Amino acid sequence: MGFLDRSRIIAPPDWSRWLVPPAALSVHLAIGQVYAWTVIKPAVEVGLHLTGTQSALPFQLGIVMLGLSAAVIGTRVERNGPRWAMFTSLCCFCGGLLLAALGAMTQQFWLIVLGYGGLGGIGLGIGYISPVSTLIKWFPDRPGMATGIAIMGFGGGALIASPWSTAMLTGFGMISTAGKVAVAPPNAIALTFLIHGVAYAVFMTLGVLLVRVPAPGWTPAGWIPPADSARRALISAHQVSARNAIRTPQFWCLWIVLCFNVTAGIGILEKSKPMITEFFRTTPTPVVAAAAPGFVALLSLANMLGRIVWSSVSDAIGRKNIYRLYLGGGAAMYLLLATFTNQSRGLFVVCTMVILSFYGGGFATVPAYLKDLFGTYQVGAIHGRLLTAWSIAGVLGPLIVNAIADARTAAHLEGPALFTLSLYIMIGLLAIGFVANELIRPVASKFHEPPSEATP
Amino acid sequence: MTASHPTGAGPTGTTATRTPLIVLSWLWVGLPFAYGVYKLIDNVGLLFK
Repeated sequence: MGFLDRSRIIAPPDWSRWLVPPAALSVHLAIGQVYAWTVIKPAVEVGLHLTGTQSALPFQLGIVMLGLSAAVIGTRVERNGPRWAMFTSLCCFCGGLLLAALGAMTQQFWLIVLGYGGLGGIGLGIGYISPVSTLIKWFPDRPGMATGIAIMGFGGGALIASPWSTAMLTGFGMISTAGKVAVAPPNAIALTFLIHGVAYAVFMTLGVLLVRVPAPGWTPAGWIPPADSARRALISAHQVSARNAIRTPQFWCLWIVLCFNVTAGIGILEKSKPMITEFFRTTPTPVVAAAAPGFVALLSLANMLGRIVWSSVSDAIGRKNIYRLYLGGGAAMYLLLATFTNQSRGLFVVCTMVILSFYGGGFATVPAYLKDLFGTYQVGAIHGRLLTAWSIAGVLGPLIVNAIADARTAAHLEGPALFTLSLYIMIGLLAIGFVANELIRPVASKFHEPPSEATP
Repeated sequence: MTASHPTGAGPTGTTATRTPLIVLSWLWVGLPFAYGVYKLIDNVGLLFK
């Protein structure tokens, strides 16, 4: 593979590990664009005369492909190294955007689905896991902080892309009236995709050029691996392969933890706009529709900060304890919401923000939890397999909240009553996740790799 | 910034020569990120209007 080969990127002794987070961020900030599909979606709908369900397809396929490619290609990503992975991610993600540009220009929607969702989704999966596992190897003393930085970048990608995409679409001829897209020329959409593709390719190139893997035996200066103690009992000095990891109960307990923690967060995220307006519609101080985007932005901020803050805290208090907080604390927040409903707007905003910060924290801390349990040997590949929990949660969370809200609307209910049952279901799911977290014990020695095998 | 070196070896080099690269690479990702956060905070203001 030459330039892309793992052997070409072994860091020289004077390499600074602080060059690795920007390399990781250049990929995560780019691929995080996928969450800004909500901005492009209405334009595609109007410009190509599609229904809402049709226009959601590129995003949905993208998320499914993210989970699938991370799970299927994860082991190869580990073997070939992060430069190969970042370059492949760049080619797939940006190539997908260029294909989508062609689709918009020729008004062939299937090309947008195939490009943005199919090819781009593969780029998302490879680009998501590789920088994370590389950072874990560079920061064995602070793996939570390291993964928090990268995964915060994935959330941050949407923050950059949303206003940027809107500005581009408007600049190329999209016209909106009363907050809704009225005119969206296909060429405006095509140009937007094209510029995204080229700009992200340039942006991600930094990661491809800058990424390095630590030399065998490298550790941070002055760092001594901590001795075993009760709190650190879950931190293994042994290595487990991806193939063996999925045979352990620990993997599946963590799968449940991630799935239900994400389900609980995504349920609120999905319905945040209608939720705040419905909750306070019948109160003396209703939340006007124009204020709802402010609430969504506040939740995004909590989600992003939760990724870096809680994940860093997990380095100090341990992974099991931080998930106790995410799951137990999250359930408590949901209980407050269900109990006090619309009695206090401040309490509502604070509770939802805390829930979203735990949602982000859950995403960001899980790679460090995997590293604790299974070592660094194939942590990226194991992470890839675990992300299938995200794919399931991405369907489950919105399904629960939407189905209940629809049924209650049909029963002529309104206000908080549309959501209270969903809130109690989320408490139940978080309680199951809490139990699953309690069941996690150190991995049995029969799953450990022989020392000679476990050199990445 | 922590100097990095293989276990068992002394500090074989310094990151001082990498400082411009570190600054540039953090600016490369930090500036777009700051733009995104600025726009986000701008939107948060809508909730309190």
